[in-house]
Amino acid sequence: MRKLLALPALLALALGAGACAPSTDQPTDSADTKTGTLRVWLFDEANRAAKEAVVNEAIAEFTAAHSGVKVDVSYLATDTRAEKYKGALNDPASAPDVTEVGNTDLAGFVASNGMADVTEQNRSWSEGADLPADLVQTVTVGDKAYGVPWWIGVRALYYRTDVFTSLGLTPPTSYAELVSTARKIRAERKDMLGIAVGGLYTFGALPFVWDAGGDIATGSGGKYTAAIDSPAAKTGIKAYTDLFSADICPPQQCVDLTGGGTVEAFAAGRAGMGILGNFNRSAVEAGAVKGKYGVVPLPGTRPGSIAPAFAGGSSLGVFRSTTHRSLAVEFMHLLAGRKYTLKLYDAMGFVPAMKSGRTEVIAKEPFLKPFVDTMDAGTKFVPVDKAWTTIDAEKILPNMLQKVITGKATVDAAAAEANTQISTALGK
Amino acid sequence: MSSSVTLRRQRLTPLWLLLPALAVLVPMFAYPLYQLGLLSTFEYGQPQVSGGEPARFVGTGNFRTLFGDPAFWSVLNQTVVFAAGCVLVTLALGAALAVLMTRIGRVARTVLSFAALTAWAAPAMTGSVVWAFLFDSNLGLVNEVLGLDGYNWLYDRSVAFALVGAVVVWHSFPFVMITLYAGIQAVPGSVLEAAALDGASTFTTFRRVTAPMLRPLITIVVIQSIIWDFKVFTQIYVMTRGGGIAGQNMVLNVYAYQKAFASAQYGLGSAIGIVMTVILLVVTLFYLRALRRTGEEL
Repeated sequence: MRKLLALPALLALALGAGACAPSTDQPTDSADTKTGTLRVWLFDEANRAAKEAVVNEAIAEFTAAHSGVKVDVSYLATDTRAEKYKGALNDPASAPDVTEVGNTDLAGFVASNGMADVTEQNRSWSEGADLPADLVQTVTVGDKAYGVPWWIGVRALYYRTDVFTSLGLTPPTSYAELVSTARKIRAERKDMLGIAVGGLYTFGALPFVWDAGGDIATGSGGKYTAAIDSPAAKTGIKAYTDLFSADICPPQQCVDLTGGGTVEAFAAGRAGMGILGNFNRSAVEAGAVKGKYGVVPLPGTRPGSIAPAFAGGSSLGVFRSTTHRSLAVEFMHLLAGRKYTLKLYDAMGFVPAMKSGRTEVIAKEPFLKPFVDTMDAGTKFVPVDKAWTTIDAEKILPNMLQKVITGKATVDAAAAEANTQISTALGK
Repeated sequence: MSSSVTLRRQRLTPLWLLLPALAVLVPMFAYPLYQLGLLSTFEYGQPQVSGGEPARFVGTGNFRTLFGDPAFWSVLNQTVVFAAGCVLVTLALGAALAVLMTRIGRVARTVLSFAALTAWAAPAMTGSVVWAFLFDSNLGLVNEVLGLDGYNWLYDRSVAFALVGAVVVWHSFPFVMITLYAGIQAVPGSVLEAAALDGASTFTTFRRVTAPMLRPLITIVVIQSIIWDFKVFTQIYVMTRGGGIAGQNMVLNVYAYQKAFASAQYGLGSAIGIVMTVILLVVTLFYLRALRRTGEEL
């Protein structure tokens, strides 16, 4: 009896479910309508009004040149951004035409078939020659460009001028000096961290790895090989994790700090130094150390050298599902061009990605000099591969750092484990 | 002939009566479970969801990846130990307080149940955030009062588990306490009186009379606690920020979340979900069987 009932039920289930089995649809390529509404997604910011003013100006210029075109901008809140993007990738109808995208996210979107290849359009763009090669790498997957870099953020060494003056210290110019300076600060000011570093602060650790000549993975042209267990990378890991000691930044306090946590510690006056970005300036200005800090490039091992910084920032891209392909590319180029990136700098302090724009803003703002020096010394980036999403989400690098910091694993063992995990992620 | 048809009808009747329940259970549970099983045999991530790459059938591939990952076994192991600890403490505390409630005055009882109900009513998220703030290394009230400035409660694995375990117990003991208290109150006075007349001591009365009568209730709270604590997510995720320092406080549900949603490996995440479901089913079945053997019906 039971069987008689169960069988049709199961059959019905199987039939119903068949229709909803994992989809394997391939989205078709975009159409190219010349009128209508262009949908644009940009990131929301704490002081959005300033950003919005610049964007509205660009829209006015754009719509004046194209009759019958409207531009509709949505500002995505930080914490729901990932969901919005998932929705856009899954359903072309809810996708925008042009979007801002965090530069580490781009490769994942490309793997999801979400972004349009704009290699040709970038080449024929009148300002194309002004694009900096290192940043173009951040939007390049394989040998195709899927967007343009918009603005850039890099980290450098913030230090407390008042503490340095009263202790007779000068800003460090090498890793060895960084260590000795940090020790001196903590020895003299017991309630202060010599330098605020964090076990969850990947982008604080990577410059040390890069400076030592190591990398997360090596390769190009879309094929990466994990390399975090190379001798050079391990030297860098050791250099960073050595900063987590009782006389610099005690493991108990620093092992679970994020980048944001180190910003907080420095801004609150709890640290003598910190590895912060140009984009963190307003947070520091709002803290207890307002007017009592200076910035120099983060020094490398060789005296006088600069440790390569992570090329943070954001890019602009065109969704593959757009129905206004030419218009979308044109609007993206307008926003990313020299004129509006300079205006965006004036409004938000985001450093333009374009070479000429960078040169111009540094002439205006002495605060930026250490950051621009850092950029000029050459920046580095994480693997431009969808695997980065996995590497990031599974906290492979922070776990490695934290294992070393807490003494649960040696540098060799932790790096070997991370290397295996990164290999697995890259192999997917 | 006709008698056999009647017999058949009678045997069918309960099955037809189950239909309304099935109509709810099948779409709500069986279908998602079927989908979970289906997904677990595919390589299915964000690129597949959005059609960038075709979904690839991998058979038992996800399970082989999972069982071949030493991290999975250590996470499973510590999930079992952590859940067992939480269940034991929750039951002990809940039962002790339930008994206490039958012994104290009306005012004290009201205060106790009010306090317990507040903990019960607090959403897991809110409770975890508040506790995490109390135990914060730099700004926490606990470190301030104890004079442990800068002590990091999450630094040591066991200390971190103990702290999170305390919050889990705090959230779940009220259910045990209230249920058992209600059960104890429902034991007929006449039975207890009879036991007393027969000269049974308080302890004997509890062991031979009250406890057996509470058995079905105890079964329910034990199974509930096992399932809740095995599936704990919020407290670990919030308090240890997604699994603790270097993932030392990872439990199965957080692990599944990390695999399935954070890194968008839905196929692998589904495989973890299937494994959890199987484990919990086995636990439940064993318990029900043990219960039947002793002649009790749920």
